[in-house]
Amino acid sequence: MRVELEALSRSFPGVRAVQDVSLAYEPGRLYALVGENGAGKSTLMHLLYGMLPPDAGRILVDGRPVRLAGSQDAIRLGIGMVHQHFMLVDTLTVAENVVLGAEPGRWGRLDRGAARAAVRRDAERFGLAVDPDAPLESLSVGEAQRVEILKVLYRGASFLIFDEPTGVLTPQEARGLFAILRRLRDEGKTVVLISHKLDEVLSVAEIIDVMRRGRHVGRLAREEAGAERLARMMVGREVLLRVDKPPAAAGPPVLEARGLGVRRRPGQAELADVSFILRRGEILGVAGVEGNGQRELAALVTGLLRPEAGELRLDGRPLRGLTPRRARDLGIRHVPEDRQRTGLVLDMSLRENLILGEEGSPAAGQAGVILPGRVAALARRRVAEYDVRVADTRQSARALSGGNQQKLVLARELDGDPRLLVACHPTRGVDVGAIEYIHRTLLAKRTRGLAVLLFSSELSELLALSDRIGVLYRGRLTAVLDADVVDEETLGLYITGARGVADA
Amino acid sequence: MPRKPWRRALALAVEALWPPAAALGLSFAVGTVIVAAIGENPLRVLPLIFAPGLGSADGFARVLFDATPLILTGLSVAYAFRAGLFNIGGEGQLYLGAFLAAWVALALPGLPRPVALPLAVLAAAAGGALWGAIPGWLKARFGVHEVINTIMMNFLAVGITGWLVERYLQEPGQMIPHTAEIPAAYQLQPFARGPAGAWLGLDRANPLGASLLVALAAAVVVALVFRRSVEGYRLRAVGLSPPAARYAGIAVGGVTVRAMAVSGALAGLVGVHEVLLYRHRFLDNFSSGLGFLGIAVALMGKNHPLGIVLAALLFGFLNTGALEIDIFTEVPRELVVVLQALIILLVVSFSELALWRRRRRRRREEAA
Ligand SMILES: Nc1ncnc2c1ncn2[C@@H]1O[C@H](COP(=O)(O)OP(=O)(O)O)[C@@H](O)[C@H]1O
Ligand SMILES: [Mg+2]
Repeated sequence: MRVELEALSRSFPGVRAVQDVSLAYEPGRLYALVGENGAGKSTLMHLLYGMLPPDAGRILVDGRPVRLAGSQDAIRLGIGMVHQHFMLVDTLTVAENVVLGAEPGRWGRLDRGAARAAVRRDAERFGLAVDPDAPLESLSVGEAQRVEILKVLYRGASFLIFDEPTGVLTPQEARGLFAILRRLRDEGKTVVLISHKLDEVLSVAEIIDVMRRGRHVGRLAREEAGAERLARMMVGREVLLRVDKPPAAAGPPVLEARGLGVRRRPGQAELADVSFILRRGEILGVAGVEGNGQRELAALVTGLLRPEAGELRLDGRPLRGLTPRRARDLGIRHVPEDRQRTGLVLDMSLRENLILGEEGSPAAGQAGVILPGRVAALARRRVAEYDVRVADTRQSARALSGGNQQKLVLARELDGDPRLLVACHPTRGVDVGAIEYIHRTLLAKRTRGLAVLLFSSELSELLALSDRIGVLYRGRLTAVLDADVVDEETLGLYITGARGVADA
Repeated sequence: MPRKPWRRALALAVEALWPPAAALGLSFAVGTVIVAAIGENPLRVLPLIFAPGLGSADGFARVLFDATPLILTGLSVAYAFRAGLFNIGGEGQLYLGAFLAAWVALALPGLPRPVALPLAVLAAAAGGALWGAIPGWLKARFGVHEVINTIMMNFLAVGITGWLVERYLQEPGQMIPHTAEIPAAYQLQPFARGPAGAWLGLDRANPLGASLLVALAAAVVVALVFRRSVEGYRLRAVGLSPPAARYAGIAVGGVTVRAMAVSGALAGLVGVHEVLLYRHRFLDNFSSGLGFLGIAVALMGKNHPLGIVLAALLFGFLNTGALEIDIFTEVPRELVVVLQALIILLVVSFSELALWRRRRRRRREEAA
C-alpha cells in the first residue's frame, strides 16, 4: 500500500500544528518522524489516521484520494495506530483485548477459540511473544504494548503508526520493540515510528522525516543522517548535545546530611546512614537504579518526608520538623520527578501555575488578596526569561508540550534566588532543544552560587552536569565520585552494586 | 489564528449553560405529557407554576423567601466542592447553626440588639462551622471519606438538637417540640411589617426578611474568595491536584478543614433565616431536606455563586407554584415534586455527559 500526503494543513486555536506537509510512504519500509515536542508529529499522523480532519490538503492511498471521517475509515483502509497510552481493558485476557470491537463469532457469542488462534498466528508471525490467555493486568508495559500492536494487526493493518512508543519502555523492552518493527517491515508492512529520541531513530529507521513548527523540513536516509544534523534540523539552529561545564568554584557547605535514614514501608524504600556535604555553587549528582532510595532522599530534603534517623543542616543550622512550606521559605526549591502530577496543576492556567507555592507572597498580591495585574506581570517575565514558548499565559498548563511544562516548573522554582535546588529527572521525556536549555540554565545558576542536588537516571546527564556523583545502592550512599574522573561504564558498575558496597 | 475573545467567552458560556437549560426544557416537556395525561390543559397548568411568582411583588417576595436558605446551602456545597470535597452534611450543619442561634438567644436574653443580632448570626455560622470542621478534620487526619462522615454527622445533628430541646429548652406547656420564643432583641422582622412593606406592595403575612440580604452577601463574599483571594487559590489547587498542592507547600489538611468549616458555616447561616426571621424559635426537625436540596442547587448553578442564586430562585418558583397548582387545578401538587426531581436528575446526567464529552475531546487532543 502506497500512501501519499498532499499539502496537508491543520490548525488549532492559536497554532498551526501542521502546515503544508507533503510526504509519500512506500510499502515495506521503516520510516521515522522526528521533531521537537509540539512540532506537529502526532497531529500529522492523526490526520492520516482519520482522528482529525485536515483544514486543507488530501490523502491518497494507492493513488486514489480518500476521505477519512474517523479512525474506522482508516482502519478499513489498513492504517493502524499504536498510541502512547494504551486503550486496553485490564480485566480481559490478551486474546479478548485483541479482538475487542471486532469479535469473531456470531449472534453476539464470542468465539474464544478463533480469537486465541488469531492472536497466536499473528504473534508467531511477527515475533510478538505474549500468552493469549494471560489477563492483561498481569502484563508488563512492554507486553501490553505488544497486545496493542496485535490489536492493530488483527484489524488487518498494513500501515502501522507508532506514536512515541518507547517513552514507557525500559531500554531492554525498547530493543525488543525495535526487533518487532523490523520484523513488521520484513513482512511487507509500512512502519512509521514517531520519536524525538535521536539515538533510537538512528538505530532503527531507514528513512527519517524531520518536522519543525508544523512544517516538514526534510527527509534523510539513515546513512546521511547523524545526531548533530538531525538535532539541527529539528531545532533550526546549532544544538550542543553536550553543554560545556565551567570549572567548579564551590563555596561553603549549604546542605549537610548526617546519618540520614528512613525505614522501608509499603511504597517507600529504605535509606540508611546517608551523609554528604553539598556546597554553594556545586552540583551533586545522585546516581542509582530506580527504587534505591533516591525518591526518599529528595523527599527528605524538600520536607515531604521526615528522617527517622540522622539530621539535615542548611547553612549549618539543623532542619528539624521540615515541611514543604518551610523548605520553600528557607530557599529550598524542588523540581519534582513527575511534573504532571506533582509539579503542576494541569487544569490551572500558566499564570496560576507560576505562583503555585508563592500564592501568598508579595509577588502575587497582598493581605490575602491575589492581584491579577501582579500575577500577569510576574508570569510574563518568567515565561520570557525561561523560554517557555506560549502565546498566552492564560492558557492551561495541560495544553503545553512536555518540554514547555518542564520549563514552566523551572521558571517557578529557579526564579528569585533560591539557596538549594532539588532537581529530579529534570529532562525526562523532554526534547533535545529543551534539554540543552535546561542544562545550560542549571549550569548558569550553579555559577551564580546555587547548590543543586541532581537526581537522574541518565548517567550521561549526571556526568555532564555534576561536580561530584553520589551513588545510592539499596538505600546506602556507597560512593561519592569525582565526575571528572569517572565514566559511564564505571558508574554502571557502582549503581548495580558490583562496586562500592564493601568500602561503604 | 486566535479566536476573538468574545467568541471564546460565548463558547464557554454555552458549554457551561447547556446542561441546566436542557434539563429545564426536558423536564417541562415531561411535565406537559403528565398534565395532558391527567386530562388538564398543559398550557393552562404549567404557566401556573411561574404565575404567582411573576404575578405580583408579593408573590415574587415569597419566591425570594423560599430561595434564601437554598442560596446558602447551595453556596455551602459549592465552597467545599471547590476544594474537591463533597459536603453532603449541609442538613446537619444547618441544624447546628439554627440550634446554636436559638440557644445563644435564650441563654443571653438581656443583650442589647446591636450586640445580640450579630452574636446570633455568628452563633449560627459557628454551629455549622463546627459540624463541618469535624468531618473535615477526620478526612485530613485519618483520610476518612467526607461523604460518609457528613452523612453520619447529619443523623447526629438531628438527634442531638432534638434531645437538647426536649431536655433543656422545651417551651413549657407545649406539645410541639420547640424552644420558647427568642427575645425581641434577637428577632428579625419581615420586610412586610416595616415601612418598606406597604411601599413594595407586600401582604402583611409575607415572610421575606433580612436573611435574604445575608444570603446575597454570602454569595458575593464567596464569589470574591473564589476569584481573588489566596485562600480561593489554595482551595482550587487542592481541589484540582492535592499532590501538586502539597509539593508546593500548601497545607492540604489545613485547607480541607477550613473548606469544610466555611462550607458548614454557610449552611449554618440558614439558622438566621429559620430561627431569627421565620419562626423566632428552634423547631425540632424543621428542615425538609434544605441541605440536600443545596446539592441540587449547586449542581444546577454550576458551583458558581451567581448560578447558585439563579438556581435557588428557580427552586423557589417551583415551591411557590406548587400551592397554586394544588388550588386551581385537578393536577396534584406532587407534579412540582416530580418536576424538581426530574430537573435534578437531568442536570446531573447532562453535566456528566458534558464532562464526558470534554474528557473525550481532551483525550483525543492529548493522544499527541
Ligand atoms: N487538539 C488540540 N487543540 C489545540 N492545540 C493542539 C491540539 N493538538 C495539538 N495541538 C497543538 O499543536 C501543536 C502540535 O502538537 P503535536 O502534533 O501534538 O506535536 P508533537 O506530537 O510533535 O509533539 C502543539 O503546539 C500543540 O500544542
Ligand atoms: Mg506527540
